[in-house]
Amino acid sequence: MIENLDLGMVNWARAQFALTAMYHWIFVPLTLGITWIIAFYHSIYVKTGNEEWKRLTKFWMKLFGVNFAIGVATGIIMEFEFGTNWSNYSWMVGDIFGAPLAIEGIFAFFLEATFFAVMFFGWNRVSKGFHLFSTWMVAVGSNLSAVWILVANAWMQHPVGQAFNPDTARFEMQNFAEVAFSPYAINKFTHATSSSMLMAAFFVISISSWYLLRGRHIVMAKRSIVVAATLGLLASVFTIFNGDESAYEIAQVQPMKLAAFEGLYEGQTNAGLVAIGLINRDKKVYDQQEPFIGFNVHIPGLLSLMANRSFGSFVPGMKDLVYGNAEHNILGAVQKMERGKKAVASLDAYKQAKKADDKAAADVHLASFNEYKEFLGYGYLNKPEEAVPPVALSFNAFHVMVILGSLFPLIFLGYLYFSYKGNLAEKKWLLGLGTITYLLGIMASQAGWIVAEVGRQPWSIQDLLPTTIARTNLTASTVQTTFFMFLALFTLLLIAEISIMVKQINIGPEEN
Amino acid sequence: MNGPPEHRPPLLLRIYQFYRDGFRQMTVGRTLWKIIFIKLFIMFAVLKFFFFPDFLATTFSTDAQRADHVIDQLTQSAQGYTNPVKGERL
Ligand code: HEM
Repeated sequence: MIENLDLGMVNWARAQFALTAMYHWIFVPLTLGITWIIAFYHSIYVKTGNEEWKRLTKFWMKLFGVNFAIGVATGIIMEFEFGTNWSNYSWMVGDIFGAPLAIEGIFAFFLEATFFAVMFFGWNRVSKGFHLFSTWMVAVGSNLSAVWILVANAWMQHPVGQAFNPDTARFEMQNFAEVAFSPYAINKFTHATSSSMLMAAFFVISISSWYLLRGRHIVMAKRSIVVAATLGLLASVFTIFNGDESAYEIAQVQPMKLAAFEGLYEGQTNAGLVAIGLINRDKKVYDQQEPFIGFNVHIPGLLSLMANRSFGSFVPGMKDLVYGNAEHNILGAVQKMERGKKAVASLDAYKQAKKADDKAAADVHLASFNEYKEFLGYGYLNKPEEAVPPVALSFNAFHVMVILGSLFPLIFLGYLYFSYKGNLAEKKWLLGLGTITYLLGIMASQAGWIVAEVGRQPWSIQDLLPTTIARTNLTASTVQTTFFMFLALFTLLLIAEISIMVKQINIGPEEN
Repeated sequence: MNGPPEHRPPLLLRIYQFYRDGFRQMTVGRTLWKIIFIKLFIMFAVLKFFFFPDFLATTFSTDAQRADHVIDQLTQSAQGYTNPVKGERL
């Protein structure tokens, strides 16, 4: 089937999805994170009654409002794309995700219509307590409304709690708790939300540092920084921990992704984690080229520790996962393809037998399908090497995220230390670095999604459905047209966002 | 809002006034609402309507047809495949 399809369309549809998702993810983390920071500012105001904290709270609320308005509904575009470009996939998972996502949408709408309104309009109009409660509810609600979409993503990476129904071609939910509370989903939610919190802390730090460098709004900037840096420090340490948990989970359920983002071609015991290295883009899993070009530094044993929680353990490489490794009892894509083809053939035979009303034959083929269905997706690959994701991109994205992620707590610590010493405003080098920290946060966060999504290729649903089958049979040109329309629309919106934001930052907080 | 209850307008009216005054007092919010509406218009009236039809919803009329279509998509590659287990042609 894959040979008959226009592969160009799949890649355009993927590019379009990547464009919309990455654009959407510029706004989302700031919303998720800054609502908490604002809730803390607002609480300090209510506790102290100090008008300066009120001014500060209102200022960050205003910037949050700009971000929210520009970002709102950018996620809906992805829903359009599901129906048009990824119709097979959408049909197959509709039973699992349709209802919860719809409920979440309605919940978010009511939340926004009530608590958002009270948060923005409530000054001096509702009681201080109810106003503060509303601000906290905005934070809680925004983060809750990210739950189900992240659970859905986690399920695609590790499809638990489901059974495929060969009559309806749908995955059906068998166990809600397994889907909602899979460790993969929990790690994804904690990692995505804590990294968003640290990004939002950087947003506050970038703008406040700029004010300090300019000698403007000094008291507000310093106060904003202390709270943001404290929350950012906690969030950045937590992000490292749950990022490490994510990697452990990936080693268990998506070992190919782990091998790809570490550039590990040959499996190793006591495998080292690459601290720094230039990956060889031309290397293929079947050739003898070196995986790295020149200089690279591995931290001995750390990859084994991350993957299996034991230094000496074996971590399979891409070669083991493609061609199999009997010694370590690893089934390769080669063997899985054989079984996958049986699953596809049995599904087809079942369909024919049903059409012919041959119940006995249908039962036999269904039993055969059930035996091999966990390898279904491999039945659509043409070559076992297709099971390998783009290695260089996965590797680079993972290392950008981790290197930046290791640096972030130090930056927050620096801010806290000099704030404590009382000479932050004199540390121009730190404030200079501080102004670009928000961009660094965006880079790390976008890189994270590249790891998660490029690293799981060729799968839409891990092991069960490759992207080439998930898509609708459209021509590439249809998708190209909308790709460029989105590009134009997003560029315009981004220009609007940045210019309104810059204008508001220039104006600064309202005078009392 | 802190007056004795008998002097207060009814709750629904107060809620209405709360939103009305809130919207009236917006400054940068006005520009933002304009952007939101233009954006929603482009998304739903133009993009969704002309460029993003729901393929299965518009091409087929029943769920059974949709299911058959997807199953066909899933099994096309099986045509001509010989089941190595039983050695029979499926
Ligand atoms: C320094 C330690 C870090 C480690 C070990 C780590 C690990 C990971 C791993 C393994 C994934 C892939 C999850 C998947 O495939 O489903 C991931 C994804 C992600 N990372 Fe990180 N990360 C770190 C730091 C950061 C930082 C600093 C940020 C952002 C500021 C970040 C943001 C993200 C995001 C947004 C995703 C995609 C969502 C998800 O899959 O959880 N990460 N991270």
